[in-house]
Amino acid sequence: MQRKVLAVVVLFFSISGFSALARKHKLENAPKPAVAQMSSDQKALHALNRLTFGPRPGDLEVINQTGVDRWIEFQLHPESISENPLLETKLQPLDTLRMSPAEMVAAYPPPQQIKAMSEGRMVYPSDPETRFMLQKLVARYKQKLMEKGDAQPAADKMADSSELLNADQLRTFQTGSNSEKAGLFGTLPVMTQLTLLDAMPQPKRQQLFAVASPELRRRIQRFAGPLQVVNQDLSDSKLLRAVYSNRQLEEVLTDFWYNHFNVYLDKGADRYLVTTYERDVIRPHVLGNFKDLLLATAQSPAMLFYLDNFQSVGPETPNPNANPNAKRAKRGLNENYGRELMELHTLGVDGGYTQQDVTEVARCFTGWTIRQPRRGGGFEFNERQHDKGEKHVLGVTIAAGGGMEDGLKVIDILARSPATARFISKSLAVRFVADNPPQELVELMAATFTRTQGDLRGVMKTMLASPEFWTPSAFRAKLKTPLEMVASAIRAMNADVDYGFALNRELTQLGEPLYRKQEPTGYSNKSQDWVNSAALLARMNFAMNLTGNKVPGVKVDLQRFVNAQNDPMTIAHDILMTDLTTEARQVISQGLADNNIANNKSAPIALVAGLTLGSPDFQRR
Amino acid sequence: MASTRRIFLRNAGLAMVGIGSAPIWLQRALNAADAPAQRKKILVAIFQRGAADGLNIVVPHGESRYYEMRPTIAIPRPSANIAKEDAAIDLDGMFGLHPSLAPLKPIFDARQLAIVHAVGSPDPTRSHFDAQDYMESGTPGLKATADGWLNRALPLETGHISPVRAISMGATLPRSMRGGNNAIAVENINNFQVKDNGAAKILQSLYSGSTDQVLNGTGRETFDAVALLQSIQKTPYQPTTGANYPRGRFGDSMRQIAQLIKSNVGVEVAFADIGSWDHHVNEVGQKASQGPLANILSEFGGGLAAFYADLGDRMSDVVVVTMSEFGRTARENGNRGTDHGHANVMFVMGGDIKGGKVYGDWPGLAQEKLYEERDLNLTTDFRDVLGELVVGQLGNRSLRTVFPGYQTQKFRGVLRSS
Repeated sequence: MQRKVLAVVVLFFSISGFSALARKHKLENAPKPAVAQMSSDQKALHALNRLTFGPRPGDLEVINQTGVDRWIEFQLHPESISENPLLETKLQPLDTLRMSPAEMVAAYPPPQQIKAMSEGRMVYPSDPETRFMLQKLVARYKQKLMEKGDAQPAADKMADSSELLNADQLRTFQTGSNSEKAGLFGTLPVMTQLTLLDAMPQPKRQQLFAVASPELRRRIQRFAGPLQVVNQDLSDSKLLRAVYSNRQLEEVLTDFWYNHFNVYLDKGADRYLVTTYERDVIRPHVLGNFKDLLLATAQSPAMLFYLDNFQSVGPETPNPNANPNAKRAKRGLNENYGRELMELHTLGVDGGYTQQDVTEVARCFTGWTIRQPRRGGGFEFNERQHDKGEKHVLGVTIAAGGGMEDGLKVIDILARSPATARFISKSLAVRFVADNPPQELVELMAATFTRTQGDLRGVMKTMLASPEFWTPSAFRAKLKTPLEMVASAIRAMNADVDYGFALNRELTQLGEPLYRKQEPTGYSNKSQDWVNSAALLARMNFAMNLTGNKVPGVKVDLQRFVNAQNDPMTIAHDILMTDLTTEARQVISQGLADNNIANNKSAPIALVAGLTLGSPDFQRR
Repeated sequence: MASTRRIFLRNAGLAMVGIGSAPIWLQRALNAADAPAQRKKILVAIFQRGAADGLNIVVPHGESRYYEMRPTIAIPRPSANIAKEDAAIDLDGMFGLHPSLAPLKPIFDARQLAIVHAVGSPDPTRSHFDAQDYMESGTPGLKATADGWLNRALPLETGHISPVRAISMGATLPRSMRGGNNAIAVENINNFQVKDNGAAKILQSLYSGSTDQVLNGTGRETFDAVALLQSIQKTPYQPTTGANYPRGRFGDSMRQIAQLIKSNVGVEVAFADIGSWDHHVNEVGQKASQGPLANILSEFGGGLAAFYADLGDRMSDVVVVTMSEFGRTARENGNRGTDHGHANVMFVMGGDIKGGKVYGDWPGLAQEKLYEERDLNLTTDFRDVLGELVVGQLGNRSLRTVFPGYQTQKFRGVLRSS
């Protein structure tokens, strides 16, 4: 641990021009005497609680040595922080994270393509492994059709595959442990591996997964369903980054802005579009300019598909892709995007727009569409779908014949609106400061937003330099969202995350399945929406599962607590980085004594750690 | 059943002695367990999130304007020329059920299902979020209302308060249920516990002893409910023969609500929601019985019908009411879908319902009759429908508290007893 602290500190100071940078961006700390301020110890922990996914062991030392203001300055410039090599290693096997949507569709085709291939409407790809996998999936699909869903890997499939193995290998394959089987796979040619995987029932493949090499894992996943690989990579990457990234504020903000411009992963083509949406549309702008971010989302295939704008068409334009067999329908205007753009993305529902504005904005965006949405195509403006008439948006006349400019003008109007400045500032303040942030703070942030024409880093700086951010009543006042709870628990335990699907299942129990908020509102940033009995029980169960090492894919090493074994309060302090409340201390001591487990050497660490993570104290940040 | 319940209560009561006094309700229940459980009138509220298209759900097939405004997505009139499963099911010559709601027709015929049309919230918003918020708070136009109508609708209790008197199915507590009265959210009643026994008791004390007001309150409610629900977790639930709940979350929710009601654990109000109604695109498939609206309606109608069959005679104690934040445009949009509209339709089902009738004044779909020249107009405020049930079913007469600032206009008379 000591070594790690040192390494991170060295890393900070080794960045060239460090002091110049720190001077240049020195936070304007102009405390108003009216608002009381936290102690410096609290400040450090507060910064970690609010600007990261929770402190890891050692983080408090780092921030104290660096100084809170300088640490914040670094976090506001994520490019100045070198990324955690461990994170990069863990992300490496998740190859869809680096692909374009079209490449994903090719390498991990959707069920419709498997059907198309089975009916001969589509040719197999040339890559031998992908081809082989698809042939197997097609065979499985056909068998399912024949047996009317009663598909059971036939015994002869097993017999066929066993011919590929010698007697020793066969014995390992049939009766060996999962690790032995994983070892065996490592020695076999790829096609043999695939044949064996195909012959194994799904539960057996899942057991193998836990101990498999990264390569074998991909093969197992692809057999379970190629499309799911894309979605699993995405959720895994979010969890891995939340847990491991050194650029914590960037991760927190990426979560915030994705949620602000929410897209639902399970809506049709979005299954292949969300990866690049987060990577190329959201992430690059989280500390950039709001208008750039807004325009990027407006032109992203993921958003165009999610809110239906890609098929919104002006009047008197023939449907260019009409299916001759479909009922003849004149396609036309779709208001979905126009409305959410104003209500959720910019002005806010009280931002002073009318139903007429919604319709006019929708007209401006006709023709903003996607080239081949189901094949992962990009944004295009289709002149023929565009409503060429004059429009009136929020009191501004947009002249007829503007083409794609119409939409750009709307983006401009909305990005400049004082209502947008206030709405965005308030949303950030709700996430980072308080459920009901002080109006003066929101106005201060909005003023920065307006003055800088939407510089999001500037708005964050104003917030972080405000006395309201550091007021003692803000300390541990926000209830963690499920993602914050899960990530902070893993970080507090310094647990190792190997893969994330079980974690995502836990998050579903807690009420926040990743990338799966169906409504465009995104998940709530307010405490009241996360406090209920089902979610609370799920948090407690997750805490106990985690410290009991019962979450597949996550390993907790309790060794670091061994020295504190006879002192439960030290364990709790190590996890919370502050003392448990007096009541909690009493309850835990009493509970351990009552249950006669204080003397049992094997159980208490996991139990005490689990109680700490499940306690009311840990639910706040 | 009665004896297992008694044993559970004693054991649970004893188990809790070690960590402090058993809650009052449990002490009372221990003493009262030999007496038959008191039956309560129960209200089940269903929220169709995403703005269900009322005009395609209870179809005004008697009005030709409907067919003019929806040339490609209207549900056809019942007629000899069209397969039964692809046309509306006639109710009264004017209205018909969407064919995917066929399982509800026998209940309508048995006069235990009433329909109210052109009903909803008078607030003009077409924002899903705001409209749901207003309907659930019971105060259209007022954002500051802190609690939900269903929480306020709970009658004042004397004596035994069951920890599951107000229960919502799902991982989050809906706005309707939030407020000063205990209300719990349960994802799955068979799984509702802290699995680690050693930890469970200490966690319970951590929450009940916490000075964190929010977590303390919810924590107490949670553990009280855990203790009670353990009594019905032991035996796997077997719905009545013929009650075929559809697969999926809504069917699961309805099955669990039925299980709770039949277990007599003191449920008074229950809540479930069902999503996927926001059909901006291709709402109806090639035939009326196909497409996303038909699919979600099968789940919706199937869930309600299974619940009805499952409860059997017990329906005499139960009323189910459905709502959705607003309706959809009277005209179809450019993508064979519909955009956000205004008035909608509600179903009210139960043993005490004067069913077999479509209630409400039908404003018609003539251009000048439409709301803002595009949507079905409102002739019944949703609070008139809910208010009647709050008074007549739950026995709570203080509607001024349940729907503050609202002067009831006219109960529609859907309840037999009112």
